[in-house]
Amino acid sequence: MIHLLTSNWNEFISGFGWTLLSSVLALFFSLIVGSLFAILEVVPNKFLRIIGNIYVEVFRNIPLLVITMFFYLVIPLYVVKINGFTAGTIGLTIYTSAFIAETVRAGINSVDIGQMEAARGQGMTFWQAMRYIVLPQAFKYVIPPLGNQFVNLVKNSSVLAFVAGFDLMYQGNAIASQTFDTVNTYIIVGVFYLIITLPISYYMQHLERKLA
Amino acid sequence: MQNWIDAYSWINIRFLLQGLWITILISVISVVLSFIIGSVLGIIRYAKIPYLSKIVGFIIDVIRNLPLLLIIFFVYFGLPAFGFKPDTIPAAILAMTVFESMMIAEIIRSGILAVDVGQMEASRAMGMKMSQAMWHIVLPQAYKKMIPALVSQFISLIKDTSLATIIVVPELMQHGQVVYGQDPNYIIPVFVAMAIMYFVVCYALSLLSKFIDRRMA
Repeated sequence: MIHLLTSNWNEFISGFGWTLLSSVLALFFSLIVGSLFAILEVVPNKFLRIIGNIYVEVFRNIPLLVITMFFYLVIPLYVVKINGFTAGTIGLTIYTSAFIAETVRAGINSVDIGQMEAARGQGMTFWQAMRYIVLPQAFKYVIPPLGNQFVNLVKNSSVLAFVAGFDLMYQGNAIASQTFDTVNTYIIVGVFYLIITLPISYYMQHLERKLA
Repeated sequence: MQNWIDAYSWINIRFLLQGLWITILISVISVVLSFIIGSVLGIIRYAKIPYLSKIVGFIIDVIRNLPLLLIIFFVYFGLPAFGFKPDTIPAAILAMTVFESMMIAEIIRSGILAVDVGQMEASRAMGMKMSQAMWHIVLPQAYKKMIPALVSQFISLIKDTSLATIIVVPELMQHGQVVYGQDPNYIIPVFVAMAIMYFVVCYALSLLSKFIDRRMA
């Protein structure tokens, strides 16, 4: 196993890097998109609320792989040639943003309604009150679930392997099929995933207990 | 131009529906097995049996934090090295069950933790054994609290079966690939059809879970 690791070190590390990069990029963008749709779900305007709701329900109930493959196959057909990494990261962003929207919406709802009312009473607009009063308080509640979303994101980024995204899973498969040492290769790949996911999920469990 | 009419010929739609059937079959078998195994593991972890609970807890945490895709690969391509070569559908069910059991074990454990500790203490004080109190008093209340989490786990399981397409399990995603593989003009129609099929099943389940939750509350 040591030999397998050292002789393919570059491939493993580059896969690890791409996995991490796509997860971080997708987290960043899905935080923005997800928060926007979460706010859409709580605005007074009914039409916007429905749009927010549809987005969340649609993308939460369709497999990530379907979304990712769709972008991988359709965007090059009509728009622009993109590589697997980009298509995969777009798919991850859209899928995760729907879950983040749900999480953030729950966070917004857990902020006492009096906060919004008081802010509005002070003459703030809805958006100002959201931006300066409600959201900062909501984010405190949503940090543990967001951490868990990031863990899911790292695990889900393995779909990049379907679209030749050069991630850890993709590299692992390439190494496994070259060396025929499937068991040890997949164990090493697993350890690389755990390096990211285990500490975060333990830390989030700890945070949850502390905040509870 | 995307060819919607030919893409939606009955032969293609029927083929997709056959895929959906396999998807549902794999999901249901896996979820039933995982529910049983997960309950046992969750209770073991909760019960704080010396060594055993710690070891089980560690295994649960490790597997939960791995990508399901890796587990599918491991079962299908790794297990043959140990002389066990499952067919594609059993391999998918095995991989799903291993992964989902650990997810469900965590749900069960936190469900049990959410039941007031006084319930257990009161039952013990009434002369029940630990196992009796668990079975008759604590678990029924815990399962009730867990329904939403269990259903959403089941929904992720259904969505995750699409990953099994990589070992050519004849489920919905794989059948979709076969259909749009015939003609690039089928791509969008087939994706729309697949998305609708997954959506209908998953969304129906989430509505059901909300309904049960409201009825019980």
